[in-house]
Amino acid sequence: MKILVGIKRVIDFSVRVQVKKDGSGVNTDGVKLSINPFDEIALEEALRIRERGTQTEIVAVSIGPADCQQQLRTALAMGADRAILVETGEVLQPLMVARVFHELVKREDADLVILGKQAIDDDFNQTGQMLAALWDRPQATFASKVELKDKTLTVTREVDAGLEVIAVDLPAVITTDLRLNTPRFVKMPDIMKARNKPLQTLKLEELGIAAAPKLEAKHYASPPQRMGGKKVADVPALIAALKERGVL
Amino acid sequence: MRGLGSVEIQREIMTYDVVVVGAGPAGLACAIRLKQRAPNKRVCVLEKGSQVGAHILSGCVMEPVPLDELLPDWRKTPPAICVPAAKDEFVLLTKTRRIRLPTPPQMHNHGNFIISLGSLCAWMAQQAEALGVEVFPGFPAAAPLIENGQVIGVRCGDMGLNKDGTPGQNFTAGVDIHAGVTVLAEGCRGSVSKLLIKEFKLDAKCSPQTYGIGFKELWQLPPDRAKPGHVQHSIGWPLDSRTYGGSFLYHLDQDRVYVGFVAGLDYENPEFKPFEAFQQFKHHPSVQPLLEGGEIVSAGTRALIEGGLQSLPKLEMPGALLVGDAAGTLNVPKIKGVHMALRSGMLAAEHLAERSTSEGFDARWRRSPSAKELHRVRNIRPGFHKGLWFGLLNAALETATLGNLPWTFKNHADWKSLDKLGEYPAEIENYVSRTLPPKDRLSSVFYAATSHDEHQPAHLKVPDTSICVGRCVTEYGNPCTRFCPAQVYEMVEENGRKRLQINAANCVHCKTCDIKDPYENILWTTPEGGSGPNYQNL
Repeated sequence: MKILVGIKRVIDFSVRVQVKKDGSGVNTDGVKLSINPFDEIALEEALRIRERGTQTEIVAVSIGPADCQQQLRTALAMGADRAILVETGEVLQPLMVARVFHELVKREDADLVILGKQAIDDDFNQTGQMLAALWDRPQATFASKVELKDKTLTVTREVDAGLEVIAVDLPAVITTDLRLNTPRFVKMPDIMKARNKPLQTLKLEELGIAAAPKLEAKHYASPPQRMGGKKVADVPALIAALKERGVL
Repeated sequence: MRGLGSVEIQREIMTYDVVVVGAGPAGLACAIRLKQRAPNKRVCVLEKGSQVGAHILSGCVMEPVPLDELLPDWRKTPPAICVPAAKDEFVLLTKTRRIRLPTPPQMHNHGNFIISLGSLCAWMAQQAEALGVEVFPGFPAAAPLIENGQVIGVRCGDMGLNKDGTPGQNFTAGVDIHAGVTVLAEGCRGSVSKLLIKEFKLDAKCSPQTYGIGFKELWQLPPDRAKPGHVQHSIGWPLDSRTYGGSFLYHLDQDRVYVGFVAGLDYENPEFKPFEAFQQFKHHPSVQPLLEGGEIVSAGTRALIEGGLQSLPKLEMPGALLVGDAAGTLNVPKIKGVHMALRSGMLAAEHLAERSTSEGFDARWRRSPSAKELHRVRNIRPGFHKGLWFGLLNAALETATLGNLPWTFKNHADWKSLDKLGEYPAEIENYVSRTLPPKDRLSSVFYAATSHDEHQPAHLKVPDTSICVGRCVTEYGNPCTRFCPAQVYEMVEENGRKRLQINAANCVHCKTCDIKDPYENILWTTPEGGSGPNYQNL
C-alpha cells in the first residue's frame, strides 16, 4: 500500500513569534523552522503502520519554497521512502493544499493520506476534511489511535464528548491529534542515508493548479499586552471586585 | 556495548578522518579549510544546538581578514547581518554622566563589520556543506572516547532518556564517532574539552583560566534612532571599580541595535548579580532614551574566555586538538575572538591536511601571528585584577610599550575569587528602578526561546547538595542563585528547611555555573540534542 504524508515547514514551536514592523506578516528572519509537530506525528504513524508488517511505501509531501527540502530530508531520515516537493513561492490556503494532495493522490494512486489535524502557524484545521471531500473518500479526523486490518481502519477520534471509535474503508484520509504517538528521534546514520533517497520537485503549475487565494490577509498585529493581575485580601474582596467589573 | 541501568545499549559507530565538535567559527573554519586543502578527507561537524547558530552569541565586531583568506568571495553574498563599523566611541559612565575617553588603539574598528555570529555560522555551515562537510546540528558530543591514552573520537548524547536516566519509550542511543583526529571547537568552557584538558593535564604549565559573563540583546527600535555602524563601548557604572567589565552598543541597519554587557567572572562580591548590572546599564540616562519604546527580538548569555596567552592550555593531545575559545584564543583588549577563532581553525586544518595528526599543532600555533597578537596584550586583562584605575594605567603602559615589558601577570581561578559574605566592602547599591524589558530573568529566558524536554535528566549536576544547604548558605549565601542569568538555581524553603531546586529547562548553556561556583560543585553536561536556546541573529 502507499501512504502520502503531509510535511509542512513552520516556525518552530519554541520560537517567540514576532509580527513585522509594517504588519505585513510575521518575522522569519533568522528564525528556526521545523516540521509542523502534527505532521511529525502523521509520519510517525505511517512508519508504525509499516513496522507492524503492512508492506507500505511512504511518500512525504511538502508544498512551498525550495528550502522545504530541509524538512523533507528530515522526514526521509525519520524513515519515509521518498519525497515530493511541490514548489511555489505562494503561501497556499487549505483548499489549494487539498487540491494539490488530491492531484498527487491520483498520480500516485495512494491508499491512505495522513495529515496533521492543523499546522501550528495558521491553525486552519481544514485541509484533511477538504481533501476527503474532493477525493470523495472517508475521513477520520483528530485520530488518537489507528488500527489497520485488511482494508479497514479503526480509528479512535478525540472529540468534545470524549473518544469516538469509527471504522473507515481505504482509501481514506486521517488527520492526527497530539496523543496519537510520540515521534522518534532522527538517527545520525539515517540522516546520511536520507541524502540518497529520492526527492522529486514539481512546480505547482505542473500539477495544473494555479494559486488562487480565497482569503486576503489585511494586517497582522500582536495580541494586546496582558494587564497585570491584582491580588485581593479575601473572598469578600474578590466578590466585590468581580461585581465592580460587572462579572457577577 | 555499555550498561546503562539494566539495559545493554548497542551503539552504532561512524568513522571519519576528522570529527569537529562545535559548529562555531573555529570549527567551521577548520572543516572548510580542511576540505579546501584535502578534499578526500571525510569530515563531520557536531553541533548541540537545534540548528547552526542557535547557541552562539558574540558582540560582535569582526575583523574580516581571516574570513577573506578562508572564503575570498564572502562579501559578495554576506551573511544576514553585516554592517560596516563606522564610528568608535569609548566612554566612562558614572551613574548620571557619560564621559568620552580616547578610544584605545586596539578598539579602533575601521574596516571591521558588525555581524551576528549566529548568522555568520549558519552561512559558513552552508559553505562547509557545499564542500562536502557533514554538519549535524542537534547532536551534542557528550563524552570523549579514549583508548590506550589516545582520543579516538566522541560519543554523541543519548536521546529519550527518562528523568531517572533509564531509557524511555523513544530512547535512541547516541552513536560513537571514531575519527583519526578530533578537533574540539566547543567554545568557551566546552564540556568535552574540559574533561580532556584535565585528563591529559594540558593546563599543567599555564595559569588558571579566567572568564567573563556576556549578555546580549537585539532590539528593534522606533524609526530613525539607530545610526548604522556606530560602535560604543563603556566602562564604569553600574560596576564598582573592583569589578571588571563594560558594555557595548552596536548600531545595525533597519532600526536595530545590539546592546550588551560583559562582567569579569573574577568578581569578588558574593552579592553581585551580573544580570542586574546589565539591566541597570540599559537604564543609564545615555542609553535608556535609545531603547525606550523599542522591542527585544532576541536575548542571550554566554560565558567568554579571558585568560589570554598565559592561561592557554597545550593545544594538542594524542588524537585531538583544541581550537578557538575551547582553547581560549580570544583577544580581550580588542574585545574580539572571532578572527582568532577562524585563524586557529584554519591553522589546525592546514596542519591536519599536511600531517593527519595532532602532533606538532601546539608548537605551530605558538609560532603563528595569533600567538604574537596575544603576547602583546597578555598583561592588560590581568592588570584589572587590581581594580579599574590600576587596570587602565597598566593598559596604557602595556599598549605604549607594545607588550614588550619583561613581566607576565598571572591569572587566578574564578571559582576562588569570591569574598565570603560580609567581607566585601559594602557599597550602597544605588540602582535605579527599571522600566525596560525584560523585567526579570525568567522573561529574559523567554527571549532566548530556550527549550528542554522536561522528561530528560537534569543536565546540570550538583554532586553534593549538602554544601548548598550547609556551608554555602553561611559562607557565600548561595551565589548560584545570583550569577545564573536564567534563574536555574533556586533555594526553596520546604517545611522550614532549605533545598536546592534546579530548573534545568531554563538553562541557556552559558556555562557560568560550571565556572563560578565557589566549591566547583556544579557540573554542566550536554542535555538531549537540540535542547537549549534558539538565538535569533545574536
